[in-house]
Amino acid sequence: MAGQIYYEDIGAGTEIPALVKYPTTMQLVKYAAASGDYYQIHYDKDFAVASGLPGVIVHGWLALSFLGQMITDWLGEGGTMVKLNGSYRGMNKVNEDLFCRGKVTKKYAEDGKNLARVEIWVENPQGEKTVTGTAVVTLPSRS
Amino acid sequence: MNEESVISPELECLLNVELGPDVYEIEKGMVRRFVEAIDDSNPRWREVAPPTFPAALVPTSLIHRLFNAKSRLTRLLNGASELEYFYPIRVGDVISVTAKLTRLRQMEGKEGTTLFMFTEATYTNQRGEVAVKGKNTYIKY
Repeated sequence: MAGQIYYEDIGAGTEIPALVKYPTTMQLVKYAAASGDYYQIHYDKDFAVASGLPGVIVHGWLALSFLGQMITDWLGEGGTMVKLNGSYRGMNKVNEDLFCRGKVTKKYAEDGKNLARVEIWVENPQGEKTVTGTAVVTLPSRS
Repeated sequence: MNEESVISPELECLLNVELGPDVYEIEKGMVRRFVEAIDDSNPRWREVAPPTFPAALVPTSLIHRLFNAKSRLTRLLNGASELEYFYPIRVGDVISVTAKLTRLRQMEGKEGTTLFMFTEATYTNQRGEVAVKGKNTYIKY
């Protein structure tokens, strides 16, 4: 990880270092157990196909967790997450790359805090945005 | 096209009724398994829960009633999630989760009749502090 990022270092348009994940069925089983979400579309291919899906699909919450990691990796020790949200617009399949990306849209001071709003999204290998959302974070100041 | 209402009295009765609390002791192993499952090796998560950890603190009292309500719509997807953080959730905390159904919306989409169920949850720690507030939208179709 690079050094601590500061409020002064960023502005609208600053890109967040991308994070690439490669979820497998095994990871979805682990996530099902860890989260308690045992809906079969996430690990039973026959069930998923019978439900009209292309195969097992990645839990929306898991994809959002990847976006959360991208943000907290970027924030380092000195920053905090204030809000995180995501809309699940498409399916992420297993055994293919899942690209997490983000871009600062605004920075502002409020209640003595240095805040930034970050547009975040997940892309599949076809370049389709399967999750879109926002993170609001605080960043430390150099002063 | 079948446009009869899929909003049953059983579901309507749940609107704005706060259910729970479902109480979770935040054990070290529980957080570790979650962190391993999301494949995030940040050492910070040995003591503090990562941002999406509330997903594991299911408001079961509400969710069971929502998902078990009789409906001709049998398929389910997660539509959206939203979390707002006030205090970190740490290993050793005891988190009480209360939740309610806030809105029901029926639409005709390309998959036929679709029902959006909007929920809100509050995650309160053992000191009575609201640690996290969450919103989640479930889609039945």
